[in-house]
Amino acid sequence: MKITVVVRQIPDLIEPLEIDSSGTAFDLGSASFIVNESDDHALEQAILLKEAGGATVSVVALDFGDIDNTLYTAAAKGADRIIKIALADETPPPPRAAAALYAKAIQPLSPDLVLIGVQAHDELDGGLSPFLAAALGLPYVGVICGVKPGAEQGTISVCKEFPGAVMARLNVKLPVVLGIVGAEQPPRYVPVARVRAAMKTTQFEEQEAATAAVGPAVSICRLYPPASGSHAEMLAGSEDEVAARIAEILAQKGLVK
Amino acid sequence: MSAQDVLVVAEIQRETLGDVTLELLAAARGLATATGGQVVALVLTADGARYAPALAAADRIVVIDDPLLAAYSPEPFVAALQEIVAAEQPRAVLIGATSIGWDLAPLLAARLNVPLVTGGKAIQPDGDALRVTASFCGGKMLAEIQVAASPAIVMVLPGAYRPSSEVGKGETERRQLAAPLSDAAVRFDQWVLPAAGDLDITQQEILVAVGRGIQQKDNLELAEGLAQTLGGAVCASRPVIDQGWLPPTRQVGKSGMTVKPRCFIALGISGAPEHIEGMKDSDLIVAVNTDPKAPIFDVAHYGVVADVLDLVPALTEALKRS
Repeated sequence: MKITVVVRQIPDLIEPLEIDSSGTAFDLGSASFIVNESDDHALEQAILLKEAGGATVSVVALDFGDIDNTLYTAAAKGADRIIKIALADETPPPPRAAAALYAKAIQPLSPDLVLIGVQAHDELDGGLSPFLAAALGLPYVGVICGVKPGAEQGTISVCKEFPGAVMARLNVKLPVVLGIVGAEQPPRYVPVARVRAAMKTTQFEEQEAATAAVGPAVSICRLYPPASGSHAEMLAGSEDEVAARIAEILAQKGLVK
Repeated sequence: MSAQDVLVVAEIQRETLGDVTLELLAAARGLATATGGQVVALVLTADGARYAPALAAADRIVVIDDPLLAAYSPEPFVAALQEIVAAEQPRAVLIGATSIGWDLAPLLAARLNVPLVTGGKAIQPDGDALRVTASFCGGKMLAEIQVAASPAIVMVLPGAYRPSSEVGKGETERRQLAAPLSDAAVRFDQWVLPAAGDLDITQQEILVAVGRGIQQKDNLELAEGLAQTLGGAVCASRPVIDQGWLPPTRQVGKSGMTVKPRCFIALGISGAPEHIEGMKDSDLIVAVNTDPKAPIFDVAHYGVVADVLDLVPALTEALKRS
């Protein structure tokens, strides 16, 4: 089975995101970046399938943020090919345009299975995963948390999450694009030594920058953080003082045994 | 039909109309009242007429009955939706930001080559355009978005609107699709229900919920100690479940359980919309997080900016003393 995985860099929300002077975009120069968590799960799922039954895993990414480190880590985990797409602009394009860039790189790979995180927290006008399926002309199903080989050749069995810890088991004919929300096990940890070893042996296949059509656009008029603490009464003081106050509140509500 | 109509995609799972549908109808009514259009509910299933009474808040209920819509698969649902939207030409199509919505809305937008906004919290007319307030970055950022093109597809966050209690004209129209639906690459096999044996967190009066701030599995003992002292149970947000530290039956949020306990103590949970969807109606919410701007404080009744690893032992001791 030929599997292609898309991985993205997104701003790390541990640090506050700054809004630029236009008020309509982030100042990404001051942001730090991490791998999109559900993409990391997509990679883990691909590696699990490779380990279970043999597959080649190609990883495709836009050259943005700290992507090299993410790609070397992917190689250390077991990815066979790494394809890095140069960007014409300093920031990644919106999902629909990004899908066109990824599709151009993925089509020559003729994958049986494309795995990508179902969502990234910085998406406002669409999800890359279904847009990528549309750009590739492949079927799509998302919010998937487990992929196994199917009963018949050329099929897989996947689980789609629904509320209430309920899942739908679906039989899927290949080729297909899956939006992954979780792998069958947490993304594996790779020691730094293995990542460093991968840095010495891994050759990225680099693709030239291309400009993709943006498609029907929405206009961002303003970005702003929600009014924080607008509802909660904030309790301040030492840990013991705050703990005592919470205990008092719970006792007043009849919640203490 | 009118170019000012607002079309709502009814969500039906396991023969139940999803709560989000009535919320979408409320959003649609507000918009249609302002634009002078009608609210149209679209029911895609094998036997849609029985859901019509629950959709009376709509002016029209368009029902497509087809055996291939009996169980969910993206392709026939998108194909049916595409045909109806093309025929109706509504001003906006509202779809819940749900497991199904995250398939249908982007696929429909791609096929029709029309704009899509995700994370919708509020929608209103803005001259000839629409203005959508959308939440993203895990609920830590809002965007005011103008959508000029029509139809605009908006994914609305569950809980963003109160369910509609209004009564519209509720006229039901059965439609036949011009193009027959075809069998799909993705086929429903079976429902997989939560494993029996674990406790049902939806029945607990007191829940201690842990998120990333718990940092490692060993620290769950702190939450368990607090829950035990209160006579409650431990649950979690998605990242903790993904790590395998607690079973999926303990997950609160969009893909997990919706809980309404008397007391919900959120430890190290930032408050992404997907989590808030599952706990916002708790009677009392106490949140502890190191980030004073964490969205969880917007739904909590009481908040503490602190490291849970420092505060929880002190709180457990204080409760034992009281």
